[in-house]
Amino acid sequence: MTILALQNVCKNFGETKIIRNVDLDIVEGEKHAIIGPNGAGKSTLFHLISGRYPVSSGAIRFKDQEIHNKPPYEINRLGLARSFQVTNIFPRLNVFENMRCALLWSRGYGYSFWQLLGRQTDLNDEAMQMLEQIGLSDRARIPAGELAYAQQRALELGIAVASGAELIMLDEPVAGMSHSEAENAVELIRRITEGKTLVMVEHDMNIVFDVADRITVLVYGEVIATDTPENIRGNPKVQEAYLGEVAESA
Amino acid sequence: MRALLKKSPPWIGYLLVLMILPQFFDSILAISIFNQMAIAIVFALSYNMLLGQGGMLSFGHAVYFGLGGFLAVHALIMIEFETLYFSIVYIPLVGGFFGLLAALFIGSFSTRKAGTVFAMISLGVGELIAASSLIFVSFFGGEAGVSGDRTYGPPLFGIEFFQDIEIYYLAAAWVFIATLFMYLFTQTPAGRMANAVRDNPERAEFIGYSARWVRFISFSAAGFFAGVAGGLFALNYEFITEENLNAVTSGRVLLMAYIGGLGYFIGPIVGAIVLTLMNSLLSNYTELWMLYLGILFVLTVMFLPRGFAGFIMMHQTAWVQGKLKNLALPYLITGIPATVFSILSVTMIELSHVEEGVIHWPGVTLTQDSTVTWIFLLLATAAAFYATRRTLPQLRAAWDEANHLNEPAQESAQESGEARQS
Repeated sequence: MTILALQNVCKNFGETKIIRNVDLDIVEGEKHAIIGPNGAGKSTLFHLISGRYPVSSGAIRFKDQEIHNKPPYEINRLGLARSFQVTNIFPRLNVFENMRCALLWSRGYGYSFWQLLGRQTDLNDEAMQMLEQIGLSDRARIPAGELAYAQQRALELGIAVASGAELIMLDEPVAGMSHSEAENAVELIRRITEGKTLVMVEHDMNIVFDVADRITVLVYGEVIATDTPENIRGNPKVQEAYLGEVAESA
Repeated sequence: MRALLKKSPPWIGYLLVLMILPQFFDSILAISIFNQMAIAIVFALSYNMLLGQGGMLSFGHAVYFGLGGFLAVHALIMIEFETLYFSIVYIPLVGGFFGLLAALFIGSFSTRKAGTVFAMISLGVGELIAASSLIFVSFFGGEAGVSGDRTYGPPLFGIEFFQDIEIYYLAAAWVFIATLFMYLFTQTPAGRMANAVRDNPERAEFIGYSARWVRFISFSAAGFFAGVAGGLFALNYEFITEENLNAVTSGRVLLMAYIGGLGYFIGPIVGAIVLTLMNSLLSNYTELWMLYLGILFVLTVMFLPRGFAGFIMMHQTAWVQGKLKNLALPYLITGIPATVFSILSVTMIELSHVEEGVIHWPGVTLTQDSTVTWIFLLLATAAAFYATRRTLPQLRAAWDEANHLNEPAQESAQESGEARQS
């Protein structure tokens, strides 16, 4: 059962073709990794799916609805949430407020200016539980901008998954983390995306082959393979274009 | 309920202060200043809904204040001629309603973007309305403005609002209500998302919120409360002119909010009080009060980016730890030369400006053309400046010591974090 389908998606910036005729099907419940060398267009692809950029041509369907012309907030309301490669939180709000804001829309508060947040016991409890899940409950009252880097990344994840979206997209969730921090983060990702569909961009191959059910390889804006980790490892085209390069440089 | 009780003491205190102020200061001047403060507080708080809470820098907020005020005066005139029949106590609501209407219209296109685009549109709209106010004379009354009379209409509980003190209590009631509602707005989903959009409009869109709608709601609410302030102005002065919706008024409200402190709910209240005092008291003593206001603004931007309220809140950690008294002496040591420096600087500015060439102050007479006086003033000012600079390190050291967190004091830092974001 396909939850997200890209058909012939192209993205040009002026003359430069960043994404070329990408077809991609994400199956409901799978953990899907997108890999590829730097500049392959992985982040651009994320931006196209999540509505940050409009597509130049082609179609993107999420749960059988066309989303490629929708603004980010409408796509999010359909149940597609994402995190960012560069930490993208609300720095002056405290950690608790960050989490509560992430919950607001999906819990039906909308643009309400007649309900007091302090009285929404269920909402507040839920925000606190989310903070416990991501291990930040003791930092609840600290401005999010003052958190340590790994904690900000955890909050970034928490904001993405808080709404309970069915499809979670994570853009390099462990980039810039130490080895042990990355291990914790992967554990966290597993826990909070359980039962959900996950699409992630990641450079760390250990994590990719560890977490992903299927892998898509993107090179110069084109999908050269989509397959299980074992088959990707053995795929000569992939080795040539990508993995070989990594092995050489490593 | 417990949370509600915990939060109510400041509000009860606020209400009490509003109620008993005229018992202590009952001169005509004092009451008139209080009325100006009341108007300024509502106006500055409404401005902070844009800048402090929503991250929208407006150079034209006086438009909503002024339009609300003009409609309020017209409503007063209609009450006088019995076209309308209601008590004048509701006049601020008339102002608010028209402030809201104007904001709904202008906000529908100006809130599309924040930042420079929003600022430029606000400036343009401000100029546009100010210019048309001089053209559409029948409504705006040209340079003379329009005037009404608040003593008509049905009296409320036998009060007919002939006196300023009656207007004071009416204004105090409205200030309290408006402050309360503006505070409550910050505690709603729309109010909190305004902070989120201020911090990071892009991310807000990825958690389901249209940044534009969030800004539009804040903008409309700010227009409403600016209109309420305009209505209070109309009641207090019984006239209004083009000056009340032009860029000067827009600039002044920006100064109030900024000097008071954008990041704190009470900041604009502090700023409104300080600026009203400067405006009405300082202007009695010197023609240069606008210069001093400008200097105060520049100094605030440079040294107290969080405003007066931020400066007060900076002492929270020291206070919680019971170390505030350790700061008294260091403050005094730096404060004395700093005060001397300020007084001497002001003396030089005044002396160079004074028309007769002589200043007569209690105990001293200074003449403009005396070289000795100037040399003495320059040397003394330089000495005071040097002394201030020399004493700063000890203040900084004392400050660091007082803010050094003991283990259990971690809590207080977290609380101040919470206070900051609101």
